[in-house]
Amino acid sequence: MLLALSAVIVLAPLFLVFQYVFVMGATSLSWDFFTQLPAPVGETGGGMKHAILGTLYMVALSAVISVPIGVFCGIYLAEYGKGKLASLLRFSIDLLTGVPSIVIGIFAYILVVVPLKSFSALAGAFALSIIILPIVTRSSEEILKLVPQHIREAGLALGLPRWKVTYFIIVKGNLSGLVTGIMLAISRAAGETAPLLFTAFGSNFVNLQPTAPMASLPVQIYTYAISPFEDWQRQAWAGAFVLICLVLGLNLAARLMINGRKLKRKLEKRKAFKAQREESL
Amino acid sequence: MKSATNAYTQESGSETVELNFGHGQKFKRQDQLNRRFLGFLACFVILVLFALVALLFREAWPAIQESGDIFFTDSYWDPAAEIYGGLAFIFGTLVTSIVAIAIAAPVSIAVALFINEVLSKRWGRFIGIFVEMIAAVPSIVFGLWGLFYLAPWVKDTLTPFLKSTLGFIPLFQGPSFGIGIMAASLILAIMIVPTISSICREVFKTVPGHQKEAALALGATRFEMLKLAVLRPSFSGIVGASVLGLGRALGETMAVAMVIGNNPQISSSLFAPAATMASVIANEYAEANSDLHVSALCLVAVTLFIVTFIVNSLARLVVWHNERRHLKKGGV
Repeated sequence: MLLALSAVIVLAPLFLVFQYVFVMGATSLSWDFFTQLPAPVGETGGGMKHAILGTLYMVALSAVISVPIGVFCGIYLAEYGKGKLASLLRFSIDLLTGVPSIVIGIFAYILVVVPLKSFSALAGAFALSIIILPIVTRSSEEILKLVPQHIREAGLALGLPRWKVTYFIIVKGNLSGLVTGIMLAISRAAGETAPLLFTAFGSNFVNLQPTAPMASLPVQIYTYAISPFEDWQRQAWAGAFVLICLVLGLNLAARLMINGRKLKRKLEKRKAFKAQREESL
Repeated sequence: MKSATNAYTQESGSETVELNFGHGQKFKRQDQLNRRFLGFLACFVILVLFALVALLFREAWPAIQESGDIFFTDSYWDPAAEIYGGLAFIFGTLVTSIVAIAIAAPVSIAVALFINEVLSKRWGRFIGIFVEMIAAVPSIVFGLWGLFYLAPWVKDTLTPFLKSTLGFIPLFQGPSFGIGIMAASLILAIMIVPTISSICREVFKTVPGHQKEAALALGATRFEMLKLAVLRPSFSGIVGASVLGLGRALGETMAVAMVIGNNPQISSSLFAPAATMASVIANEYAEANSDLHVSALCLVAVTLFIVTFIVNSLARLVVWHNERRHLKKGGV
């Protein structure tokens, strides 16, 4: 059937990419890759320890910046999402989702790199945080909106103030859903290259200072991929392999969390149903 | 801000419960504080967006004054001579994205139909997860794959094939180096399939089941049923999904920058190397050393921002319109 063929057409590149990255990446991956710094030009060997650390560092920093803001904005939209300010916020979030990541990179450059007069990890993290902010906000809003209205009313009827209902009943009860959204957003940030090119820039050493240039896995892959040296290109494949494992791992974990919750709920329902039937018998 | 507090007092009258236990006033104040805090964060995010737009325009201003007249009419881009004509980048962005849509839209609609209408629920979800995994793969990995695998394939397999079958059209003439518009469009097409197909699936889900059954009952074959009862009523939704995919394709940077060849020229051949707005920023921004060059790149970014903004709002308008129509129908 024609439709089945189209599915094959769509999935073929995915499998080709995976197969190619896994074969090329796994064969060029070694322990050195995780523990060594890059070797000088012309020498073989070396690794991307600095880039892996840099990616983790910047992603963590960006999450620290944008997760609280994003979640609170999501709460605002879900709980008070009717006024003028809320619709303006919703519009801004929509707009931010659509802004190309490279444009966000320029924004971070103007706002952070120019005043500090140097490329820095802080600028990179800032750019990443603006990229994930709309994702976190949107997913938090969607999840909190799923909470039935009667739960809010029950809380209010018990005499709780509204903010306690929001934070201790609505948010606390849906924490795993919020975490899922955050994980999806972080997996997106870990794979971003474009905004880091001229904010964090890259370096060849392990650096843990937020005001100095910092290497990251995607940028390192980019520089190695367009280099003419075969050894570097192999390193790029290994880097791609690690990156894809990191990103897809996070992504799948988040998805499994959703499915796992659904499964649990289903089992509980079935149990309750069985108990009820036995009772009636 | 003021409107927000006003809205609060209105809402609090109707929604929060006033208790006469002596807590009422205290709770009200706490709620107000919480509301203010959230509103403040909301204002902050809106402010960030405004700052983004304002700063971009401020940085681009010198270039607008200096070469604003030739930027949109000339394709001669020479940073050494301080001549900045950006037409080739606009051309490259539009052509790669439109070709990508032309490839991706039919395929993703077919996939959405396949998952929703043909497969069982379990298998559909399974395949659906795979399709969405494409969206999770970082673009740099696609770029790497495109550079080392797809570009040689385009050069050695696809180009000879297209030349022998469709070679009489100017689009498919000229030498191929592998990297170029064709390779970039293919990569983009792969990357936007999940966007389009997931929205299409949502749209197809809104088609009521009895409509499909009615078509089958009238003697339509399965294919006719899909065409008449599913595709036709969701046409505007499909258009919206495609335009949203277009918006994603326009802003895509790394994968395109790696396979397009980065040559600012306007060529009628799909095999020729070109450059897009995003790719030129990625390539030149970190190395730009004259103020005017930086400013010109910011002008490119502003143009890109405006184009994506228009395309995205168009898509939202279509999808939103479609949703509202369905709501109305459901109400009756």
